[in-house]
Amino acid sequence: MATTLQPQTGAKPATSLTNEEVLRYSRHLIMPEVGMEGQLKLKNAKVLLIGTGGLGAPLGLYLAAAGVGRLGLVDFDVVDFTNLQRQVTFGTSDVGKFKSEAARERLSNLNPNIQIDAFETKLTSDNALELFRDFDIIVDGTDNFPTRYLVNDASILLGKPNVYGSIFRFEGQATVFGMPEGPCYRCLYPEPPPPGLVPSCAEGGVLGVLPGIVGSIQAMETIKLILGSGDSLAGRLLLFDALGMKFRELKLRKNPNCPMCGEHRTINKLIDYYEFCGVRGEEAPGPDVQVPEITPRELKSRLDRGDDLFILDVREPHEFQICNLKGHLIPLGELPRRVHELDSSREIVAHCRSGKRSAEAVDFLRKAGFRKILNLKGGILAWSDEVDPSVPKY
Amino acid sequence: MSVKVMIPTPLRIYAGKRDSAEFSAATVGEALGGLTTQFAELRKHLYTEDGKLRAFVNVYLNDEDIRYLAKENTPTKDGDTISIIPSIAGGSSEKR
Ligand SMILES: [Zn+2]
Repeated sequence: MATTLQPQTGAKPATSLTNEEVLRYSRHLIMPEVGMEGQLKLKNAKVLLIGTGGLGAPLGLYLAAAGVGRLGLVDFDVVDFTNLQRQVTFGTSDVGKFKSEAARERLSNLNPNIQIDAFETKLTSDNALELFRDFDIIVDGTDNFPTRYLVNDASILLGKPNVYGSIFRFEGQATVFGMPEGPCYRCLYPEPPPPGLVPSCAEGGVLGVLPGIVGSIQAMETIKLILGSGDSLAGRLLLFDALGMKFRELKLRKNPNCPMCGEHRTINKLIDYYEFCGVRGEEAPGPDVQVPEITPRELKSRLDRGDDLFILDVREPHEFQICNLKGHLIPLGELPRRVHELDSSREIVAHCRSGKRSAEAVDFLRKAGFRKILNLKGGILAWSDEVDPSVPKY
Repeated sequence: MSVKVMIPTPLRIYAGKRDSAEFSAATVGEALGGLTTQFAELRKHLYTEDGKLRAFVNVYLNDEDIRYLAKENTPTKDGDTISIIPSIAGGSSEKR
């Protein structure tokens, strides 16, 4: 489904390349599939990247290198140490900087001929249409359901293609939504999964190379849309299994009853996507489960005093191997069927990495009749900060 | 008639870490029934309490969405592959 994109409003389209650009893009220019005409299309294209993390890294690097004339980078996050394993735009010296700004610096160095706009902001229903308006193609490299529905709806409302990629541990998906005759994200996933039914906590993590592969596929699809050549992934869902090293593809159809892109659109403006996705706690601001807590310092002094405390670790076995507080290990998911391993007459302190999973464990155990149970506030991360820095953080 | 059901990564923890399972079934519904009988924990992830396939669970027979075939009554033949395609949102990594 090849489509030529019209440049949006603004400056006059470029009609020539400088000598430096000719040299830089020579490996494109000598390919008949790109040539001078294609390179000028790239130069006149405007692409907005939502997220500059795992998927955004190869996207930003390849699109900048290819000479996409204007790149917008939307990210409100800050580079942290754990990002470096896969977010290859960033270097160790970028830790602590805004991602959009750090990426802008890196990409400008890669290609000073292009315009790069860093938007240090969270994409919301209030700013999405405004941000999207100036760009031809939207590329979705976000990491949560509310933003994915928001990106879809805003790009459909404005009639712009949405180049989609998503990853989970060692599996990836990619397609192109929002082409005139093609399906949208809501055609594929009419409803978000209810929170809690998506295993995320202990099942998180991602093989560092995976976003590199899926993000590169998105970059390729973006460039094909700009050039108007090849067969777009629109109408096909590409599935990638990195462990099996298998690619498969499924047919994606436009749902005639889709509330967004169907014949009778019923969604005419952006909505509250957190509410739509029923997201609480982790992704939307709001209180976590309220349970009795103990701070790492209190726990340390009580242990030093010789109090009889049973430490319950609700993380996964592979996390226990990274570091532990010598607790009894029962992963949160196994707790219901292993409750009998716990003695409700003893005082129990539950912990996980950050305190969220263990709050759920405490909540569950209290409902199961346990009375003397506390959650270690801030988990093993806080323990490392406040009590014992020799315990590594991860 | 043997039909292969592909189990996606997010659901493998409810299926004994298996990536696929084979069932003898004449329809897509029968194969999924076999799957959720063998792995009972999968049931609530695929079906609502009143036994309907959840709206966010996409089921494909070979490369075709069963919503555009005969849904769970879609007949299967020997060697067919049924894929369960879950929504995944990751762009980077989540943990807690
Ligand atoms: Zn749609």
